[in-house]
Order: sequence, then structure tokens, then C-alpha cells
Amino acid sequence: MLHIKCPHCGLRSQNEFSYGGDATVKRPALNKEISNQEWDNFVYLRKSPRGKHLELWQHISGCRQWIKIERDTLTHEIFKTLKGNEEL
Amino acid sequence: MSESFRLKQGGLINRNKKISFKFNGKKYFGYEGDTLASALIANGVHLVGRSFKYHRPRGFFGAGVDEPYAIVQMNRNNEVDPNVRATEQELFEGLEAKSVNCWPNVDFDIGAINNFLNKFFPAGFYYKTFMWPKSFWYKFYEPIIRKAAGFGAASIKRDKERYEHKYEYCDLLIAGSGPSGLASAYAAAQNGAKVILAEDKSRFGGSLLTSEVTIGNQSGKEWSEKIISELKSMPNVTVKNRSQVFGYYDHNMLVMSERVSDHLPRTEKYIPKQRLWYIRAKQVIISSGSIERPLVFGNNDVPGVMLSSAAKEYLKVYGVLVGKKPIIFTNNDSGYETAIEFKKNGVDPIILDTRKEANSEIIKEAKELNINIKFSYVVAAAKGYKKVNSANIAKISDDKKSITNIENIKCDCICVSGFWTPTIHLASQSGNKTKFNEEIDAFIPSQSKQKETTLGAANGVFTLEETLNSSFKKGSELSKEITNKENKVSVPTVVEKKSSNHDKFWCVPLPEGKNYKRFLDFQNDVTVSDIQLALREGYRSIEHVKRYTTLGMATDQGRTSNLNGLQLVSDIENKVVPQVGHTTFRPPYSPVSIGAIVGREIGKHSKPTRKSPMHYWHEKNNAVFVDAGVWLRPRYYKQGNENLFEASKREAKNVRQNVGVCDVTTLGKIDIKGPDAAELLNRVYTNAWLKLPVGKARYGVMLREDGIVMDDGTTTRISENHYHMTTTTAQAANVLSHLEYYLQLVWPELNVNVVSSTEQWAGAAIAGPKSREVLQKLFPDLDVSSEGLPFMGYIEGNLFGINAKIFRISFSGELAYEINVESDNGNFMWEKIMDIGKEFNIQPYGTEALSTLRIEMGHVAGSELDGRTIPYDNSLEGLVSKKKDFIGKRSLSKSAYLEEDRQKVVGVVPLDKKTSIPEGSYIVKDAKAKLPNPKLGHVSASCWSVEYDNPFSLAIIKDGKNMIGQKLFAMSPLKNKTIPVEIVSSHYVDPKGERVRS
Ligand SMILES: [Zn+2]
Repeated sequence: MLHIKCPHCGLRSQNEFSYGGDATVKRPALNKEISNQEWDNFVYLRKSPRGKHLELWQHISGCRQWIKIERDTLTHEIFKTLKGNEEL
Repeated sequence: MSESFRLKQGGLINRNKKISFKFNGKKYFGYEGDTLASALIANGVHLVGRSFKYHRPRGFFGAGVDEPYAIVQMNRNNEVDPNVRATEQELFEGLEAKSVNCWPNVDFDIGAINNFLNKFFPAGFYYKTFMWPKSFWYKFYEPIIRKAAGFGAASIKRDKERYEHKYEYCDLLIAGSGPSGLASAYAAAQNGAKVILAEDKSRFGGSLLTSEVTIGNQSGKEWSEKIISELKSMPNVTVKNRSQVFGYYDHNMLVMSERVSDHLPRTEKYIPKQRLWYIRAKQVIISSGSIERPLVFGNNDVPGVMLSSAAKEYLKVYGVLVGKKPIIFTNNDSGYETAIEFKKNGVDPIILDTRKEANSEIIKEAKELNINIKFSYVVAAAKGYKKVNSANIAKISDDKKSITNIENIKCDCICVSGFWTPTIHLASQSGNKTKFNEEIDAFIPSQSKQKETTLGAANGVFTLEETLNSSFKKGSELSKEITNKENKVSVPTVVEKKSSNHDKFWCVPLPEGKNYKRFLDFQNDVTVSDIQLALREGYRSIEHVKRYTTLGMATDQGRTSNLNGLQLVSDIENKVVPQVGHTTFRPPYSPVSIGAIVGREIGKHSKPTRKSPMHYWHEKNNAVFVDAGVWLRPRYYKQGNENLFEASKREAKNVRQNVGVCDVTTLGKIDIKGPDAAELLNRVYTNAWLKLPVGKARYGVMLREDGIVMDDGTTTRISENHYHMTTTTAQAANVLSHLEYYLQLVWPELNVNVVSSTEQWAGAAIAGPKSREVLQKLFPDLDVSSEGLPFMGYIEGNLFGINAKIFRISFSGELAYEINVESDNGNFMWEKIMDIGKEFNIQPYGTEALSTLRIEMGHVAGSELDGRTIPYDNSLEGLVSKKKDFIGKRSLSKSAYLEEDRQKVVGVVPLDKKTSIPEGSYIVKDAKAKLPNPKLGHVSASCWSVEYDNPFSLAIIKDGKNMIGQKLFAMSPLKNKTIPVEIVSSHYVDPKGERVRS
């Protein structure tokens, strides 16, 4: 079980969090004309890297904040945790 | 039977407390402090089981967790416990155990015929033999193998025992209480660190219990007792025996199973049988010691052949002789310690040492005791079937390739010592890249991946002095880094006998013309010839050899077999062991009972049960409950002998004719506040929200970004910047996370706060033509006329002194209201409604009637919003704004979503107006078409229409909009039903929606 350092609450066990996918995906702005391809990229296409991955987690049983975690998908090492509005 | 193998004195057992127990139905005696194994050996019982594949007689090989054979079925306090190691099970009064893996009994086992048919059981036997024909596997091979193989039989009854989970944090977790564990724990404790010291066995001290050493001015055992009692008295130290750290997981989390009550005749009330500890440790010290390695020779599995260290432990801890005519077969000095112990207790051993010559203090002592020592000697084969009765011993050539001078000598046990294998399982599990140490011919930990340190014998350090020095030092260093305190402890002086080098020899060559089975893996019956065969057949990777032969794949994880297997592979392949590499160790180190893994999360405790404030009223009024998400909701209220069908029909009819009341507390509720609340709703819902006036509710549908409907519900504008959102019961948590996601990450510029208020409000839906009259009487001061409180209107009122929110919304299609009060007042509200509604024939209705009412109205719900449908499919396209953007809108222009014959919800009525259509049925054009019959869609929900008194269903079918009026078939292969049906509008009752607006 991972030990995740929530930037708001401190170190907590993984079972307080829920996973939220790739944090580098940016939702296209509302009302913006975009191609089918761009939209599909946003909705469906995700990389599945072996190694470092910046991902979203929500501290659902804690502060309920969405946070970003830079994690190694192979070793589970966590390099950094960030608040939702912070960039790497 | 008398205890003829028990010494008159000695051992750590309590000779004042005699204990009676039964094994295979026969009564025996032992002492408090015995294990089942030591007590059986004391009684001369060595035959305890049959081997896995060949069903050969098996006895005891080890004295603890290293035991591969002696697995028994326990019967404790009328509960069955399969696969318990007799070497670990402590004796208690009335213990009952029996052998496993033998039928009809251990003395006469039909499966033993496999031993004589062994030509048919080569390596990879299962893969080769049972592959063809495929259909035979299920019908023939598999059931027979299942019956003949396997270990104990699990009970089919529910386990009444209690198991618990515990979460713990500490600075240092120390696994193993031998010399390295004690020393490092002591040093760390002195520095004020929070320490957990775990010992697998009941007694602390590890090897100190059986070794002849002096620490300071005390014996090893006395020193260990002193350290333990000091540790126990310290508030920062937790000392746990009978506790196995079995798994090392990510981020320094380890799991330990504590056998709290297994050594007692029964589990006391409020005490668990076992407890699983989830421990997050800042640092881990692995002091798990080492396990003696067997030597491989012919028939080395006969009962009476065992590890020399085990024989010594039975002598020193339990005062039990494993034999009275022992052969000690060794390649190192450890065997001599066992021999000396025998000799001291009046038994004459003979030592066969594979080495040409060797000299050390221990060997000198053995010589002085006049022990018969034969150098360059080996056991070629053990003789005897159910118990060893003699051995063919032989002289081995200097190059170890051939044996000569074979002679048979009498013996009743053969104690083998092939040097020591460090127990590196935990280190390996943690991700440590282990390395091969040529000096000890075994793997030891090297580069740590997590915060772990391996000390003592587990690290390949086999002298006590070095072990204590390094352990005191490491314990102090690691704890100092955490506590910033340093209290120096002085390292005591150690007196121990020095050993000479071991012989790099493990496998005795076969005598000319003999084909003895030489076992490597004792639990899985893997022999030397199996490995040879696998290599001949081209398997090279050790992982493949392992899977093909099952070497090391048994429940003992190859504790006694791995290294001998690797040595053999490397010998045959002419490689060195590190090139071959060892297989991966995975948790658990030793088997963990399923009960312990599950813990208290069984039955009702597997998830929380949420009850509405009116729950006890429902209970008192004969509600039959149903699980709705985590909630319990009344499904129907039983009157007299009514069944579900009759009761729900009555309840639904009463709503259509008079008035009913339904507990809707479980609906998800989210409180939304802030100047941008309307903007948020406008982006989340598919319809327009910017112009909703205060005091009005609106129905909304929200999508995922892929255009699929996520949830629906009504949201009410309570005041300028305050909205009250409702969600379905099932989606409440997801919708909240969804809103938080967009507010925190996507549109942080929106000034809005959202919070769940589901449990803050109790809700009652009053529905039916007479609902307004009930409402008027509940709130005599309010204008609840159609003008005062129009459809989708909202007002606040005073319900006999308590504040209430009144929403004119409807799920049933009837004139209806929902009243919300603070949860604490829920029951008060409910009783008032029932009381006042009496004169209007009010009746409570449950989820079944609720379903009926919504289905015949054509209101979609969870069974249609099933994560596969878009608004159009649910006939909700009218709610999709063309003007504004919202979550998921861009996906709705996908070509697949715009196809002319896109699926759509429709109504389905059986032509005979009698036969109910099972939910999940397929809708097909031709009931007799060849399979696979192309399906148009499926029936999502079914009810008995109370309006028309015939069955009615909703279905989602291809080209639904053009199917109205068609005669099709509903087919349920599961229920073997084919029902001719007509497709009708999904709005079966009141299609214009006049009632809700009345
Ligand atoms: Zn947090």
C-alpha cells in the first residue's frame, strides 16, 4: 500500500485516496472549436508509461482535494506530490 | 503410549503440566510448551502424512516454519483448521489433529501406488499428460487429481472465529528475535525509538535457545531472556511472539500475522483467533536468521531423515530424542553440535562428514567425547519405508564423483546438515537485489530498495560475535537518525566455538545400477531426475524450470529446496549459481489463513449499513428491506400474507388512486453555494441553468466527457447564490467527486463551494391525487394551491414547530411533493404525515412500488442510465442545450451517436397481457432465427402496470423511435422464455404529463 504525502494533510495511506488518471491531460476550453482528433485525444488517448507518471489522486477520505503525484509506475516510488493548482 | 523418546530432564517444557491430545484418533500425552511435533516424536510417532505426488510416507523434517511435511488438519473447538504445520502448532489440552493427503489413512494410503507408477509422474507430468483431449480435463482428469492431491480439507461451514486487523506505525520494525533482532532492538530502544520486535515462534531468542555460547557472564538463553524482559518493560517497545512478518510491501509497509489464540483450546470472547498487523515502519531490520540446508541422497524423504538443527532443537527445547541410533550426515561443523548434544544425553551418534578432513574446536570436542567420526563418508541411501531403519553408507572419492565401500548400518534417524541458507525472503520482497556469496554458497541481500537492513545469519553472518557487534551498531545508528538521541550501549563479550569451513557438496551420486529417488523439494516431490529431465527438455531459465517441475512452488516456498535446486542446475549447466539466479520471492513468506486476511469485514461488516432516521418506523411497520447502495431501504410493507408482488401492487395502486408516502432520505444531496453556482450548474448539466429563478427546481442530466449519461436529478435554487442538488442514491459520491474535480482542477476560477448534505436531510415523498390535501393539512398556513406552489416550485414551511423544505417534484408521475427536514426530525415528520394522511388513506410505499410508478411513466433511472447510454437513448435529447457548451457536449457530435437507427428507450407489452418479461431479456425480430439470433436490444426494467393491470417493461432497442407498434419477441435464454410482445411508447401512463401539473 502506497504512502502518499497529501500536500494538505501530510503522509496518509493509499486507502484514503482514489486514483484519477493522467494529470497532464488538459481539458479543452469550453466553446472552443476543436477537431474530432483533438477531442478524442482528450477523452480517450492516454500514455501508459513505464516509469515516471504525473497523475491525479483525490484525497476522498481526507481533505477531498485533488492532488498531483509524480510516481514511478514500475517501482511505485513517489518523487513528488503537488497541490491541484501546482505545476511540476 | 508412553513417552519413550522423552529425556528424563532438560528442555524448556513445563514438566509439571501434562497435556493429553489426539492424533489420528489415538490418545497421547505431552507437556505444556510442546509443539504437536515434539509431543508426537516424544511418543515415537514419525509417520504423519503422505507426500503430495507419490504419496510416500512422510514424517518430520524440521522443527518450525521450515517444515515441509508435517502438515495436519486441526480440529479446535469444533472448528476445522486445514494445513497447520505440526512443528508450529503448540500443544493444548484436548488438541485433536489428523493427517492430510492420505486416504483411507496414513498407514495404508491408496495413492501410494503413484510411487510405483512413477514413470508416469515425471516433471511436467500435468502439462504433458492432461492436455488432450481438452474436454477430458474438466470431466475426468481434474476431479480425480483434485481428490487425490491437495492438502487439508477446508470447512464448508462459516468460520465462527473472530479475526482482526490492526494498523500500526513505528520507527523500527524488527523481524526475528534471535541475537541480531535482540541486539538491534535493544540499541534502538535505548535511543528512544518506537520499536516493534516480532518473533514467529512462541519463545524469543532464536538460535540462542539451542546454541552453546556465553554472552557477558550468561548463557545465550539467559541473556536473551534478560534482554526480552527489559524490552518488555519499556513503553516505546512492543514485543510480539507468535507473530510472523510475512510480507514486505511498497513504501515500507509490512504485514504480520499474529496467532493470538491458536495455542489455546478455544478463543476467548472479544479476543481474536488471529490478528493481522499492517505496519508502516520508518526502518525495517530483517533478523530472520537462516535455515539449514538438506543434503540430497537416495530416499532422503523417509521418515526419520531430518535436519540436524531440528534434531538439536527437539533435544534442547523439548527434551526429546528424534532417535536412539542417530546418523549425523554433515558437510560442516553444525552437525557436530547435534552429535555432541546426543552424546551428552547418553545416545551414541555416528558422524559422516563429507569433508576429507577438518579441524575446529567443535570437532575436537566431538573427538574428545569419543564420537565415531567418518570423514569422506556419505549416506548413499536411507532404508526403510514408514521409518528409516538403516542406511547404506559409502566412502566418497576426493573429486566427489563416485562412491565406494557401500555398507549397510542400522540407525533410526539420519540428521542432515548441508550448511545454512539465509532467510532473505523479506529483503527480496522489498525489492532488494540480492547477491550470491561464494563463501557461504547462498544469496544474501545487497542493495536496498526500501528502508531495510538485514543483519546476522539472514545476512550470511554466522558468528555470534560479529552478529552482535553489527546489530548493536545498526540498531543504534538507524534509531539515532530518527530520534536524534544516542545512548551508548556496551557490547558484551562473546564466547563461542569457531567453526571450520563447510564442504561445497550437497548431492550424493547414485550408486552404480541404483535409481533411488533423491528429493530436492520435499513438499512438492521434486527429485533430482525431474530437474535433469527439465534441463534435457530444453528449459533453461530458473523461472521456467521452477514452473515446469514445481520446484519451490509449494507452501514452504522452497525454504529447504531452492539452493540445492540451483546448485544442481548450475552443476549440470556448468554455470555458477549467480548466473542461474534465484526465483522471485513473493509474499506471504508462510501461509496466512483466509480468515485473517478478511478480518472483521465479513457479512454485515463488509460494508457500512446506512439507515434513514425513519428506519425503525419502517421496521415496526413490517417493512421488508433491500440493499440500495450502502443504504437499507424498505422494498415493501407487508400486510398479512402478502408477497412482494401483491404488496407492491397495492402500494403503487394507492399512490395512483389516493396518496402514498415514500422515504427518499437516501437520495444524494449536495449543497452548492457561491456567486458562480449557476455557472457551474450550467456547465455540468446539459440544459440551461442561468435563468432559474429563486424558489424553483429544475430537472437536469449530467454527462461524462465521453457523452454518456452520468446521473440525473433535480436542483433547486434556494436563494440567490445557494442551490440544493439531488443525485441518485447510487451516484451520490461520484457526482460530488466529479464537481470537485472540475472546481479544483479545470475551472478553479469559479467561486463555488460544494459539500455533501445527504445525511443532513430526511426526505419524504408524498405522491398521489390527494397529496395536496395532505400537504395543506401539514402546513395549514401555506398556500399550496397550484398557483401558490406550482409544479417544480419550492417553499419553506413550518411543520408543527420544525423547519421544512417543500419541493413540488415528482418521480411517480403523480401530483407529488418532497418534504425535507433536518435528519433528527425525520421520524417526527414521518409520523405526522402518516397521522394526518390517515383520512386520505395514505400508505407508505417501498422501492418496488416506486419502480413500478416510474417505469409505467417512462421515467428513466439506473437501469437505463447504465453507463452505456447517451441522452438520446433515454429520450432526454430535449434537455440537451444547443446553445451552450457543457461537460461531454463535444462527444455528442460523434458519428456513432448521430446514427439514424440509434438505440432508444421504448415500452414493451406482452401480447397476452399476462406474461411478465424478465429483466435482461433480449428483444429479437424472429424467435426462431438461427443462432446467434441478432438482438435489437434488451429489456432494462419490468413492472406490473397498476394503471392497466398488465405487465409493462422498458427496453432500449435499436432504431427505437421507428419500432413503436411493431410485434417482436422478448427472449430470456436464462429463464427459457420466449414472449411475443408489442413495442409501445415508453410513456405508458399519462404521456402528456398532466397529472404532475394538476
Ligand atoms: Zn489531504
